[in-house]
Amino acid sequence: MLRYTIRRLIVAVPVLFGVLAVTFVLVRLIPGDPCTAQLGEKATEAICARFNAEKGLDKPILVQFGIYIRDVFQGDLGTSIRFNRPVTQLIAERLPVTLELGFFALLLACIVGVPLGIIAALRRNSAIDVATMVGSNIGVSMPVFWLGLMLAYVFALLLKDTPFHLPPSGRLTAGVTSVPFYVVWGWNIDPKSGFGQVLQFLANMYLFNSLITFQWEVFRDALRHLILPAMALGTIPMAIIARMTRSSMLEVLGRDYVRTARAKGLADFVVTIRHALRNALLPVVTIIGLQLGTIFSGAVLTETIFNLAGVGRILYDAISTRDYPIIQGFTLAIAFSYVMINLLVDLSYGFLDPRIRY
Amino acid sequence: MSSTPTVSRPVTLIAPMRPAEGPWRRAWRQFIRQRSAIIGMAIIGVLVFTAVFAPWIAPYDPIEVLLGKEEGIQKRSGPCIHLLGCPPDRPQHLMGVDGNFRDLFSRVIYGARLSLFIGFVTVSISVAIGVLLGAVAGFVGGWVDNLIMRVLDVVLAFPFLLLAIAIVSVLGPGLLNAMLGIAIVSIPAYARVIRASVLSAREEEYVLAARTIGLGPLAILSRHVLPNAISPLIVQATLGIGTAIIEVAALSFLGLGAQPPTPEWGSMLSAERNQVFTAPHLVFFPGLAIMLTVLGFNLLGDGLRDALDPRLKL
Repeated sequence: MLRYTIRRLIVAVPVLFGVLAVTFVLVRLIPGDPCTAQLGEKATEAICARFNAEKGLDKPILVQFGIYIRDVFQGDLGTSIRFNRPVTQLIAERLPVTLELGFFALLLACIVGVPLGIIAALRRNSAIDVATMVGSNIGVSMPVFWLGLMLAYVFALLLKDTPFHLPPSGRLTAGVTSVPFYVVWGWNIDPKSGFGQVLQFLANMYLFNSLITFQWEVFRDALRHLILPAMALGTIPMAIIARMTRSSMLEVLGRDYVRTARAKGLADFVVTIRHALRNALLPVVTIIGLQLGTIFSGAVLTETIFNLAGVGRILYDAISTRDYPIIQGFTLAIAFSYVMINLLVDLSYGFLDPRIRY
Repeated sequence: MSSTPTVSRPVTLIAPMRPAEGPWRRAWRQFIRQRSAIIGMAIIGVLVFTAVFAPWIAPYDPIEVLLGKEEGIQKRSGPCIHLLGCPPDRPQHLMGVDGNFRDLFSRVIYGARLSLFIGFVTVSISVAIGVLLGAVAGFVGGWVDNLIMRVLDVVLAFPFLLLAIAIVSVLGPGLLNAMLGIAIVSIPAYARVIRASVLSAREEEYVLAARTIGLGPLAILSRHVLPNAISPLIVQATLGIGTAIIEVAALSFLGLGAQPPTPEWGSMLSAERNQVFTAPHLVFFPGLAIMLTVLGFNLLGDGLRDALDPRLKL
């Protein structure tokens, strides 16, 4: 297990190196000189000369790449043109929003998708099976941005005066504030220190923060704001998870050990859950892992529609204002976390299925 | 083939003469047996018909501004269908009028043309590059294989749409750049399919035989190896068309793809997305068109997979 982990980490190194190279090259491909591209309107000749010397842009391209890598490892991803703040700071601020949304969307997809898949497999060719399969075909073909807008229309406007009314934008209702847990618990921390930034990162996940500090009003409000975006973002994974659970269950239900379990008189429920489901879940976990890309990609669209201040939203804004340091820095950060989370998913198989030996 | 002989009929040991059934014919028979594949084909059939005959189906020019040309036209007015009770003296707009006084129905109809074009061209670009890279990697092997596959791994290290966004934001917004961006990020899928087929075919005896009689590597590759890789490629490409259409529409939605007044579904949605509460029909119809189109290609792709790949039975 340890050897496999180490080997996987070593294999990930060239990929991460390639990711660095791609983000480096991307910004070099922008037409025009990098100084104007990165500083925007502030770029005068004198400022550009200093900028070029500072960033080593007057040096050979390979040296520049070296400088870029050095900067990245020192946590310097440049400064946003528009916000005039370090990109790393912006990432620490925005990433929790996206992580919370993505996690919640995936959770929703699993809670609905897995049981639907199980029921469809158990009642094969029944109405519920057909409905699940038709629904999952439609689900995977759904444009996230369209679904998001239509959900907003239905839940925020059509159902306005019903208990199902849900807010279509933002993270909290105006007036509601999420008090960070370290403030609630009276911790004295320095917000500039590394530890302080980690705490801020965690506190910026409102659901998590309000849950551990029992701010129920905030929790309820944050949850209501999160439902629509999570539904939009979770639909494609939900459809894929339901389909995968169904086919995996169908395969397992035909196995000898399931027949044996039935033959020795175990209750249907026990056979389904303990014998069939446990074995059917591994391919489902693989599929769930593969949905991370869908989630990260969809987050850009969902956050734009629902006005959530996450990485997707900031990327969208950066595109329209040509804020290249943000595009470069956030692309890099997301690719890094994507590779790392995928690695964790791969490694988790060993725990889920003891038959897998690396 | 199991026949159930009855007592009255003599047992025939040799089945009645029938022309031998080739693999394509069998695949076709499998294919048309599936309901989803038929539905997929039907949707794409309607789509192709719409695209080809767009000028005859659409009542208006898709980019013509009707303000001043049509009396009493209202910006973003809802659908007016005579059959559903719209006063007959008012001109008919099946899907309403958009924010620039254009007939939405005509725009959606012309959008079918653009979407098919986007789907086919984008997939053709990535298939061409992907097949080349995958074939070379699989056939040459060694460090060439390693290099190509590692580079493709890097492409896969980015979430799909995100890398496309980064590429297009650097290349500059526009439909062709958006298509190129999506094409680039789709290359690994095709390269992997081809490489896998080439690797398995390389060990086959007929390839060995071809090599023995002195065929060059290119001839072996094009005549003996690639034809065996064709069916997974067709499946992948069909599903890829749906993906390409939806992702290019997403880029257009973000303002990176087709620019107004091009009648592209994603950019139509993008233009009216802030009006979703006041004029939901302007968002509903283009999105529905995207969804149905993608659904068609997905169903067709799934049907093809079940028909062409006898090992995979989901």
